[in-house]
Amino acid sequence: MKRIVTGAHYGLRDWLAQRITAVVMAIFILLLAAILLISPPQDYASWKAIFSDRWMRIASFLFLVSLFWHAWIGMRNILMDYVHATGIRLTLQILVILLLLFYAIWSVEILWAVELAWR
Amino acid sequence: MEIRQPLPAVISLLHRVSGALLFFPGIPLLLCSLDMILDSPQGYAQFQSLLTNPLLKGVLILSLWFFLHHFWAGIRFLALDLHYGDTLEQARFSSKMVLAAGIILTLLIAVLMW
Repeated sequence: MKRIVTGAHYGLRDWLAQRITAVVMAIFILLLAAILLISPPQDYASWKAIFSDRWMRIASFLFLVSLFWHAWIGMRNILMDYVHATGIRLTLQILVILLLLFYAIWSVEILWAVELAWR
Repeated sequence: MEIRQPLPAVISLLHRVSGALLFFPGIPLLLCSLDMILDSPQGYAQFQSLLTNPLLKGVLILSLWFFLHHFWAGIRFLALDLHYGDTLEQARFSSKMVLAAGIILTLLIAVLMW
């Protein structure tokens, strides 16, 4: 019997993306934990010094983008499992996407405002 | 009727619940904090004074537990994907470890913070 596969084709890609973003985040978190443990920032200046490093900002942004991507896959899986009315599910999924896009723009503002203030 | 779930199932459910809570309110709280800390000395001072509020401190510690549980449970799932520790006995043991590591680290950081 010939089996016809229908439906979503993003399953494997998302499964893999969920895991790759998880590994990226885990590496960044261990790195950050090491930085914070070796020399715990005590005041505003020391926090700012950490994020005034360009590579720290890029790494932080990579972490946050991984976080938002990871959150999208996770939230979509949850919504697919528990919200069966298509209209409501689609509305909620769009809301999640918009919220994550908003967070991404906010992240850029937070991280690169430091550079503007630093100069 | 009461349904008793095995520990690995509880860990899996907690992974999902903590994930949803990290999405909201976790992410906005994280970005708000980072925004305040990096914005200005005034913002930093405001953040510090907010943290003296026991309610907000509780929220932070609870969020920390959600994060740490999600972190360890996630690493356990990555290991299971690679077929490390996927016998029943190992899976039961690692779920105990995940639950304990999340709670102990949270308590440790809470004590250090207080």
